[in-house]
Amino acid sequence: MATAVDTGAGVELLTGSEVMAHICRLADVDVLTAYPIRPYDTVMQYVSRMIANGEFDADYIPAESEHGQFEIVKHASACGARVFTGSSGVGWLYAMEPLAVTAGLRLPMVALVGCRALDDPGAFGTEHNDALLVRDLGWLINFPDTPQESVEMGLMAYRVAEDPRVFLPCAIAMDGAFLTHSQATVTLPSQEQVNEFLPPYDRGDLLLHPDNPITIAPQANEDWLMEVRRQSSEASKNAYTVLKEVHKDYCRIFNDDTNPFLDEYMTDDADVVLVGMGTMSLPVKVAIREMRKDGIKVGMVRLKWVRPFPTEELRASLSRFKAVGVIDRDYSFGSPYGGGILFNEVKAALYGANNEPFMKGFVCGLGGREVLLADVRSMTEQVLATIKSGKPDNEVTWMGVR
Amino acid sequence: MAESVYHIGTQDLPLTQRVNQIPEKVVEEYYTSGHRTCQGCESALIMRLMAKAAGPRSIILGSTGCMYVANTTYYSTPWVVPWMHTQLGSAGSAATGTAAALRAMMRKGKMKEEPINVIAFCGDGGGVDMGVSSISAALMHQHYNILIICYDNESYANTDIQISGSSPWGANTTFTPPGKKIRIMYKNWKKNIAALYAVGHTKCNYVATADASYPADMIDKVRKGLKEPGPAFIHTFDPCPKGWDYDPFFSHKLGELAVESGLFPLWEMTNGELTYTGVSARHVYGGRKRKSVREYLQAQGRFHHWIEEDYAYFEGEIEKMWTEWSMPGVIPFKMAEDPSKK
Repeated sequence: MATAVDTGAGVELLTGSEVMAHICRLADVDVLTAYPIRPYDTVMQYVSRMIANGEFDADYIPAESEHGQFEIVKHASACGARVFTGSSGVGWLYAMEPLAVTAGLRLPMVALVGCRALDDPGAFGTEHNDALLVRDLGWLINFPDTPQESVEMGLMAYRVAEDPRVFLPCAIAMDGAFLTHSQATVTLPSQEQVNEFLPPYDRGDLLLHPDNPITIAPQANEDWLMEVRRQSSEASKNAYTVLKEVHKDYCRIFNDDTNPFLDEYMTDDADVVLVGMGTMSLPVKVAIREMRKDGIKVGMVRLKWVRPFPTEELRASLSRFKAVGVIDRDYSFGSPYGGGILFNEVKAALYGANNEPFMKGFVCGLGGREVLLADVRSMTEQVLATIKSGKPDNEVTWMGVR
Repeated sequence: MAESVYHIGTQDLPLTQRVNQIPEKVVEEYYTSGHRTCQGCESALIMRLMAKAAGPRSIILGSTGCMYVANTTYYSTPWVVPWMHTQLGSAGSAATGTAAALRAMMRKGKMKEEPINVIAFCGDGGGVDMGVSSISAALMHQHYNILIICYDNESYANTDIQISGSSPWGANTTFTPPGKKIRIMYKNWKKNIAALYAVGHTKCNYVATADASYPADMIDKVRKGLKEPGPAFIHTFDPCPKGWDYDPFFSHKLGELAVESGLFPLWEMTNGELTYTGVSARHVYGGRKRKSVREYLQAQGRFHHWIEEDYAYFEGEIEKMWTEWSMPGVIPFKMAEDPSKK
């Protein structure tokens, strides 16, 4: 476990997991549950140490399984407690039942997914399939790329999830090892700033308490289920507008000027861009700087949130370029063109856009395999080739396969 | 130096002792109309007695099963107290999460401090099969005042009467029907679940068995479980006309026969001491003879395919439970003699 290094002037060297532990402390989370699985579990090691040292007051429960972990915080959330939990890989899937019902019940919960390949074969390295498996259920999902951005994603997660117009759970998908375990310099916000940004969690008349004797989740079938689902659909649409709205608050209070949904890098004059999520930005941005020296006009558009999916923003952004390469750190076997999940989502979002760019899909860096600068250069060249030939290239290319 | 641990107290709930001494406060109902359980459903009676005993300052969590599906249909509810559904395998987690929220928020001044009863119930599917791990974990948390009640109707009765880990040997269920080649499809012996929880969780201060045919005993046990600080577990035995195939008129009678025959002894373990209660106390401590279990078995359609050797085998096993176990119906083994002295 890495240890925080205070470099002075409020700047610290922290891992993504450690930042998330600080967010829990700053957000005054009431109930947390832990169960060991790499790589997410480092956050609970930091949290438990803070609690043991009296720096943070919460009911912290090492659970008996991921199912128990997520059920415990689900019920705590129904009673008005601010909650935090997390998991990785097949552990996250062991909790799939609570993951589905938490969203179905419209209960806010913030969970860290330390993205990890699904067994079998057992593997520790990062892949996005675990986090993305909840994308159809109502979960909000963001993908920070640095420890500093984890501050924004952590605080935004609580603010959006607990907004009564939303009341949905939110997953913070951190690439295993590359973000959960890698240190970078971080400026943590002050308690006063966090208090200004994050109001107390208020369940209102949905609170489960003897003063408010309600029945939660009685059975509904064809008579009412469609209306219940429609409400969830509206809530996830609301998440999009709420997210945009509160991001302005975030920028004002924390002196930030980021875009809520997209991180664009060297796109102003770019002919082509690469699209990706999470720490994919690290090798891609370095490679872009190198290619720029050779006169290749390439940039990157990184999605910060995959749910709610920023359809309008992405259409506006990507239609500016002649061709786009989408890099998936996940797979979707048997899908259209055998493309990854992100590729097919981006393609669906761009369908029928004015100046719809050529789009080429890549699967890269599975199981935590290193994405080499040469890989990024090759992907860029393949995307440029579609412009040169004037024909779309629908084949999805796996990069770096032996 | 002992560290100070935050504890919320428990409610002062007077015991009834006998039916004619039921205190005024227990007359009020908190499980009322609005459900559509079967005629003769003893589990519904368990719900009613449980809510009656716990009173208005309670939160009740219910696992998937009969007492979810038949009780709470959208737009109707029998619950006067706050109630929430939980998943089939998570009665323990639901109780833990609810108690943790109350404890954290009361300690941090986010909620008015008061003792609130937290009860999670589950059927035998949730308490004996799928939910064992979550209940086991819940029974370890000494600082959460929770009560878990497993209402056992000996099958997955809501889904069409399928075998569970709590079904009796030889029962005809839709997963274990007698056929032309095999008469007894189910050859497992019912899991000894209350004892499993009592023995396995040495800091759990209250574990009991109960039966709705003995309502005063049942109410007192719920109240003791709630009053005792920390986690508690109660296993109830609920005749089920649909699953056991008998006339609903006889539910109460079958509940009595199960206890009278010694098949389901009533007991409670409080702070490391086990006491048999009601009829079972007289069976163990003297004063009353056990009835034959045959009358109980023959009253139910689920055993109608049995032949004489099946009855004899079953009776023999019940007899062993009373004569060979070190505690009848609780501890199925004895300490052996010192092997070095053999």
